[in-house]
Parts: sequence; C-alpha cells; structure tokens
Amino acid sequence: MSQGADRYWQRTSGLMWTMMALWLVFSFVIHFFVNSLNSIVIAGFPLGFYMAAQGSLVVFVVMLFFFAKRQDTIDREEGVAEED
Amino acid sequence: MAEAKSGGDFISNLGKIYTYYTGGFFGFVVFLGILEQLGVPNKFIGYGFVFLTIAVYALIGVLSRTSEVGEYYVAGRKVPAFYNGMATGADWMSGASFVGMAGTLFLLGYDGLAFVLGWTGGYVLVAILIAPFLRKFGAFTVPDFFAERYGGNMARTLAVIVLISCSFTYVVAQIYATGLIASRFLDMDFTVAVYAGLFGILLCSMLGGMKAVTWTQVAQYIVLIVAYLLPVVILSAKKFGIPVPQLTYGQAIAEITALESSMIQKGLAAAATLKPHIKPFTTYDPLNYFALILCLMIGTASLPHILMRYFTTPSVRDARSSVAWSLFFIFLLYFTAPAYAAFSKLEVYSLINKGTALADLPQWIYTYGKIGLVKICGADAVTTQGVIDACGKIANQGGMLRLQDLSINTDVIVLSTPEIAGMPYVIAGLVAAGGLAAALSTADGLLLAIANALSHDVYYKMINPNAPTKTRLIASRVVLLFVAVIAAYVASTKPADILSMVAWAFSLAAAGIFPALTLGVWWKRANTTGALLGMVLGWGVCVYYLVGTRYYAVSFNDMWAGISGAAPAAQAKFVELKAAWAAAADGAAKTAAWVALDKQAQAVAGWFGVKNISAALFGMPFGFLGVIVGSLLTKAPSKEVQDMVDATRRPAGALIMRDKDAILPSH
Repeated sequence: MSQGADRYWQRTSGLMWTMMALWLVFSFVIHFFVNSLNSIVIAGFPLGFYMAAQGSLVVFVVMLFFFAKRQDTIDREEGVAEED
Repeated sequence: MAEAKSGGDFISNLGKIYTYYTGGFFGFVVFLGILEQLGVPNKFIGYGFVFLTIAVYALIGVLSRTSEVGEYYVAGRKVPAFYNGMATGADWMSGASFVGMAGTLFLLGYDGLAFVLGWTGGYVLVAILIAPFLRKFGAFTVPDFFAERYGGNMARTLAVIVLISCSFTYVVAQIYATGLIASRFLDMDFTVAVYAGLFGILLCSMLGGMKAVTWTQVAQYIVLIVAYLLPVVILSAKKFGIPVPQLTYGQAIAEITALESSMIQKGLAAAATLKPHIKPFTTYDPLNYFALILCLMIGTASLPHILMRYFTTPSVRDARSSVAWSLFFIFLLYFTAPAYAAFSKLEVYSLINKGTALADLPQWIYTYGKIGLVKICGADAVTTQGVIDACGKIANQGGMLRLQDLSINTDVIVLSTPEIAGMPYVIAGLVAAGGLAAALSTADGLLLAIANALSHDVYYKMINPNAPTKTRLIASRVVLLFVAVIAAYVASTKPADILSMVAWAFSLAAAGIFPALTLGVWWKRANTTGALLGMVLGWGVCVYYLVGTRYYAVSFNDMWAGISGAAPAAQAKFVELKAAWAAAADGAAKTAAWVALDKQAQAVAGWFGVKNISAALFGMPFGFLGVIVGSLLTKAPSKEVQDMVDATRRPAGALIMRDKDAILPSH
C-alpha cells in the first residue's frame, strides 16, 4: 500500500474518532447530568430536558453536514475524491 | 438511449416537479376544506384524502416502471442527495412514529426522549461508519456485501436470515397501521383498509422497484411532514402568538410543571402516580434509559431497508451528504413531537386543574372514547352517563375528573390535536393522510428489502446465477407480490404477538448485522470465520434473551434468577407463585396459577434488570467478540480481500461489485 493511501486512511480514521467522540458525548455523557442541567431554565425549557428533546438532535444534524464537507476536503487533498 | 435521456430530464426537473406537486397538494387540502364548509360530510372528506393520496402514489409508481436491473434494485444510482434524504425520511418514519411518538412523550415525559435520541443519533453512525463504504462497494443488497466481503453464501444466508427476522414483523406492523388509521379515523372497514393499503403498496413498488419506491417516498414525505407540522404550528400561533411550536413549548412545559403541583394540592392528581413531565428516570432506570438509546441508535444504523437507500446516490460524496439530509428531514418531525406532547398535556392538565365535573367533559373525550382510545375510571368514555356510572364505582371519586381517572392511548395525541384546537375536520383528515403516508412509505421500503434479499440474494445469487435479466425481474416481482400478500394477510388477523415484536427489530439488527458490517470495513483482519461466529453469537444471544424473557420467562428465570437484577421481594413472589402452581389441582386452577406465575416471571426474568427491548446490550458485545476472536484464531483474509477493503475505503475508482446486467454510471 502506498504512503499516500496510508495517510488518507489515517486522516479519515482521525475524523471518524472525532465524530464518534462527539456522538458519545451528545448521545450519552451530557444526559448523565440531566438533573443538574435541569436547574438551568431558558425560555421555560429546563436545560437537561432541552438537550434530550432538541439540543443533541441539532448537534447531530450539524455534525453530519460538517462531516460530509470535511471528509470531502480530505478526499480531495489526498487525491482520492471522485470526479465531480 | 431514449429512456436514459428521459430519466435524465426527470432528474434535472425534480425541483420543479415536486414544487408543483406540493402546490397541488395544498390546493387539494384547500379544495376539501371548501367542500367541508359547503356541508359535504366528514366521511367523504376522509375518503377523498385516502383515495386521492394513494392514487397519486400509485401513479408515480406506475410512471416509474422499469425493465432495467440497476434501476429496479438501486434506482439507477442517480437519486440526488437531497431527495434521497427525503425518501429516507419517509422510509424511516413509520406509522407508529407519526401517530404514536408524541403520545409516548405525553405519557413518559423525559424518559420517552430515549426514542427521540435513539432514532436520530443512529444516523451519525450510518454516515461515518457505514453508508459511504457500502455505496462504494456497489452492492445491490446488504447481504450482497456480506457475501462479497466474507467469501460466500454462508455469510449471505446468515445476513438474509437476520434481515428477514428484523424486517418482517416490522412490515406487518406498517400494514396493520394503515388499516388502523383508516378504520379509526376515517371510519373505513379495517380489512378493506388493509387491502387498500396493500394495493397502494404494490402499485408503488412492483413495477419500478427501488426507482418507483424512491419517487413515491419523496411524495409521501411531503405529505407526512406537512400533515405533522401544520396543526401544531397553527396551535402554537393561536396560543403563544409565534408559529414556531419548537420554541414556544418551553412555556407550555413551565405551565405543566406548575399545574402538576397544583393538581396534587387540590387532590385532583395522586402524587404517587403522577410522573412529572421533565423529571428523568420515572419509567426507565438510568441503565435501561441509556441501554435503550444505544440499542435504538445501533439498530437504526443496521436496518437493511435504511442502508439500502444509500446505494442509490450518484456518488460516495452524495451518500455522505444524503445521510445528513436524511437526518435533517427526520429531525423536523422528531423535534416537533415533544411540542405536540407538551401542548396536549397542557390542555389536559388545565382541564383537570380547573375542576371539571364528569358531566361537563369536552366532546373530544367521547370522540376517542367511542373507539376505545380514551378510558375514564377504567371504562371507555362513550357517554356521559357511562362515565358517571364507571366513576361511581370508585370510592371517594368525588364527581370531578382526576388525573388518575383518565387514561389516554398514545395514538390520540397527534390525531386529536386539530379537534382539541378547534380546527376544521379537513385538518384532521390531513393528519390521517400523513399517518397513512408514513405507514405506506415504510412498508414499501421494508417490503423491497425483504423481497430483494429473496430474489437477488437467494434466487439469483444462490439458486440460479445464470438467470437472464428478464427472469430476474420477473422473479423479483413475484417474490415481492408473495411477501406483500403474506404480510397483509398476517396484518389482517391483528396478531398481537407479532405487533409486540416490532420493537425487537432494532436489537436483532444491532446484534446480528452491525458488528460484522462495521468491522468488515474498519478492520481488515476480520475474516469469514469471525463474521460467521459474530453473527451467530450476536443474533443468537439476542433471540435467546428476547424469546426467553417473553415466552419462556419461567424457565429463563429458573436459570438466571441469581443475576436477574429484580428486587428480592419480587423474586420471593416468583418462588411463592411457583410453589402455588406446583401445588394447584389440575384443570382451571392449574392454568390460572400458571398465568399468574408467568406474568410474574416476565416481570422479573432478565439479566441485570435490562428490559427485553434492549436485548442488543448483550447481543452486541457477543457479536463483536465473535468477529474478533473468530478472526484472530484463524488466518488473515487473502490479499485480494484486503485489497478489496482498501478499495472500499477510497471513494475514487470503480465499484467493487459489478452486476453483469446493470447499466450504471461507472463511478
């Protein structure tokens, strides 16, 4: 395997682990603290409830658009992108 | 050539076509609204919605007919990311999500959000770990990937078994939902509605396969999202002056919390049974809450009818952004559901808090009581006198409606919102049409996943690899028809057991498919032995847990009582009931004792108190362990396979698998 391909996969895996860490935080870790977050209330929403009902969801959506863009940049920089 | 050209024209005009379609749909709603004002009975408005929307879906299905294998199986791989996102949204959101999700949140409060999180967060895994690689692979079905990566028909067969185990009960539930929505809310006969739904489903999928299903699902998404958002947007504007329910329901939540303590003070609610809306872990303990989120997420990322949607995009790049669009379109519904729940809860709690005599209950209670969805004091709320009589039997009931007297089916929340908010019937009809669109589109996707696995994987790849194009397409349609008719027949018998098994689909897919699928891409060392072992172990442990705790709970608990995680008192009661059953005289007494014992056993049977629905919490680790240990104990996959994995990881270059009959773009 060529060095370029190796580096491509390293960068791709790096992005994967970053995204997985974010996924872990917003799927689970932040909701461990729901009780303490609920003491903060914004526009009627207790923050702990809000994170599970909307906050994490918004993060997931933004994450995926970011991921699609970022991975495409990596593909292009490493010369493995498909033709447009 | 002419056909390819017209296909291209269609694709380049998608924006225009679906804009006209959406405009036409709004026009149709307005037209029915005018008819209603002119005095046309509700029943006709309801029928108008059902038949016209199904006719439009069927028309799209017929117009998208194809005689080309690549179009039939993967829509010619030319569905733009944005539209594939919409189609996936419709594919994903089932009749139950549409109709029942808000109701679940109404009943469970915070704990219900496990479903909202689980059914959205899974797409992160789809985008990052799976979809782009499957697209590059070029498979027609998910089992196709297993066969190619793990050398042969054993892996293919296992994948087909897992696929059918998680998709069949699911499709039955969708067809059942079609019948239920049409019969409950449009006053049609249940069986007629089931077969009308079947007819619609077949017209959408049979002639054009994936191509037709894609373009009908886009149309169905538009109907379902309009139907879901419109009532609650109107409601939010009416109540809070801002037509953005997702922002305004914070105020509703604050009011709900105030009403909760007020009702308890006035004796209109019991502190013991009231679940505060925002308080976590009132239904699930933290272990079950997080286990459920995990199982739903990984299940989402493993369900074949979802994964196969990403085979249809023009490129790997589009597959990635298509997952982002999918999640966006799904998000629109799921982040609105809690608003529905909060508004309805506010309505119901205000009604109770102001002190409502049983004689003065609002009309909607009877509307849904008549069809068995609202009970007061344990009896269906059919008439005022009936309610007063039922409550009269309860000591100290007091003649006022109390929270503990009221029991609402989860399906009522979404469907009753238009009526509770005083909107015309046409909006209620629209909501029913949205529910139907959700159920039909999911049924289409599932049927195609099952039928394609049988026609492509079992028939073409395993039984008759030399079948010419024409035979393949005939076989795929015959199988589709066959599976659809069986599913509709099963649904028409209203099978309680099968419907309760739908929740199992996520765990079965998560444990059976996810480990071998992700490791197949991300770990080159994974080999055939590992994959087979992982699938058998993961799926096997899951099935053992699901079936054991549900159908053989007594023997399951006999074996595992030590680690059941149930309270000692509950286990003591199990022992007591078991002794009672052993001592009972043969005949009716024995049967009754067994029923009591089995019920208790189902409540306590399990490992560490993990509920049945989260079986993959055990299945998945076994699945991963199986793949890893099995692979490491045997020799590494051949150089060809490792090179294939390398090629799968790089977007550029030709597809890994080429179908001899498919006319598809080369990258």
